[in-house]
Amino acid sequence: MIEINGLSKVFGTQRAVDDVSFRVEEGEIMGFLGPNGAGKSTTMNILTGYLSATSGTCRVNGIDILENPLEAKRNIGFLPEMPPLYTDMTVKEYLSFIYDLKGCTFPRNQHLREICDVVKIGDVYDRLIGNLSKGYRQRVGIAQALIGNPRVLIFDEPTVGLDPKQIIDIRNLIRMLGKEHTIILSTHILPEVQAVCDRIVVINKGKVVANEKTEDLVTAVDGSRKMVAKVVGPQDEVLKTLKGVAGIRSVDVLGKRDTDSISYLIESEDRVDARKPLFYTLASKGWPLVGLEGMELSLEDIFIRLVGEQRKGRNVKGGKN
Amino acid sequence: MFAIYKRELRSYFVTPIGYIFCGMFLLVSGLLFYFTTLANQSTASLSEYFFYMILMFAILIPLLTMKLFAEDRRTKTEQLLLTAPVSLTGMVMGKYLAALTIYGCTFIANIFNFVLLYMYGTPNTGSIVANILGVFLIGAAFVAVGLFLSSLTQNQLIAAVSSIGAIVAMLLVSLVIDSIPFAWLQGILEWFSILDRYVPFMNQALSIPAVMYYFSLAAVFVFLTVRVYDKRRWS
Repeated sequence: MIEINGLSKVFGTQRAVDDVSFRVEEGEIMGFLGPNGAGKSTTMNILTGYLSATSGTCRVNGIDILENPLEAKRNIGFLPEMPPLYTDMTVKEYLSFIYDLKGCTFPRNQHLREICDVVKIGDVYDRLIGNLSKGYRQRVGIAQALIGNPRVLIFDEPTVGLDPKQIIDIRNLIRMLGKEHTIILSTHILPEVQAVCDRIVVINKGKVVANEKTEDLVTAVDGSRKMVAKVVGPQDEVLKTLKGVAGIRSVDVLGKRDTDSISYLIESEDRVDARKPLFYTLASKGWPLVGLEGMELSLEDIFIRLVGEQRKGRNVKGGKN
Repeated sequence: MFAIYKRELRSYFVTPIGYIFCGMFLLVSGLLFYFTTLANQSTASLSEYFFYMILMFAILIPLLTMKLFAEDRRTKTEQLLLTAPVSLTGMVMGKYLAALTIYGCTFIANIFNFVLLYMYGTPNTGSIVANILGVFLIGAAFVAVGLFLSSLTQNQLIAAVSSIGAIVAMLLVSLVIDSIPFAWLQGILEWFSILDRYVPFMNQALSIPAVMYYFSLAAVFVFLTVRVYDKRRWS
């Protein structure tokens, strides 16, 4: 559906995008991930025809954006980082303008109404965009992208600056839209892609550093498993015993989380299930194992490993959001 | 293109700019008309009036054109226009025609002044028509100049001031020409000078080369605006 091949963009002396290639299949939601300034927005701006690439090609639905820009743009709905809204118009006037701008032919009122229902902006339909809250503006921005039923949707950081409830709403909306559209979603918020995307492309300093299915990326980067075990027993002895169990690479004490048990963070060897030996060892010593919880490597961990950056001051917790 | 034209036209009247432009245009032009013709007993030439009209354009037309692209650039809505299935030429023409429409309609309303002349005497209709056409085209070219300069900045004030500067400079050329010692340079500047081109109109004749020149001037600046956007994509 979307094919990007050897894309580069040079601004003066700076290479903002450097030989980026990836494909997005029909019906896929692709998460486009990278730190600020990695080249996400530039890539998206090239894909939507706002900028031209220094070299490389972009095809949307088989149409090259440079060779046939108008036809390619008809297939794309784009929500830029800052929703492009005319604040002096009402939602109705604005969407009607977009409808004309995209040269749509299907019945106007019905189409606009359907879109308003999908993004839930029916109750502000007649209000000035300038008076709307940030969440509503974002929705109007998404509505704008949906007009004309484009097959490809491109969202550049759609949840930035929203409150947690709005973020969840927008994510649900994107997940729903993903049933009928091919979507590229750029973000630097990791749980977001984990929650929404089928595939993840990670970009850093203009280069693609990973391109995997979401669940594959988690295991691809790190085969070892982490888990938290709650054990009742003397800390030093338990620690020593745990370290001796076959298949366990390292053990750390997390501390006392409830009245009698102590939590330990256990990392097993690559592709080894150390849970059974762990249980039998503890059972033979007479120390009850009162809790065992698997900890998936979070995208943040993966991300930090991939881009080789150490972020400080963030306590990364495992599991899915 | 039509969608952009319609939106642009509408935006002139949801902000005060459209009203200010029309009001100022008709007021100043009416006063000029009164003092140069009706209140002036000695001569009955309209040349002076048309000359002042052109000067008035230097201030008023930038008011009309300053926001055309600068505003879209500031609010990032240009991203919407540039990623929509509309050609660059279509986008630029939509905006140009919207400004031209406001300017043209006000200009037509202003023609009412001449009706008064017919109540007081028998003016030379041919001369009036030639002058109206000439002045209108000069204004249309100025709209293109303003359009172009608005595409270079995201600040409306800078767009307005630079447009006023550019238009005034284009008019001043005809004053400077005489003090230039090189005949060849004089010749070139005279060819480009908007006011020197206008002389035949003042002598009550329609100058086809001048009409062509004003048309071309407008076309060149519209074209340059398209190029600005084309180039920005690549840089």
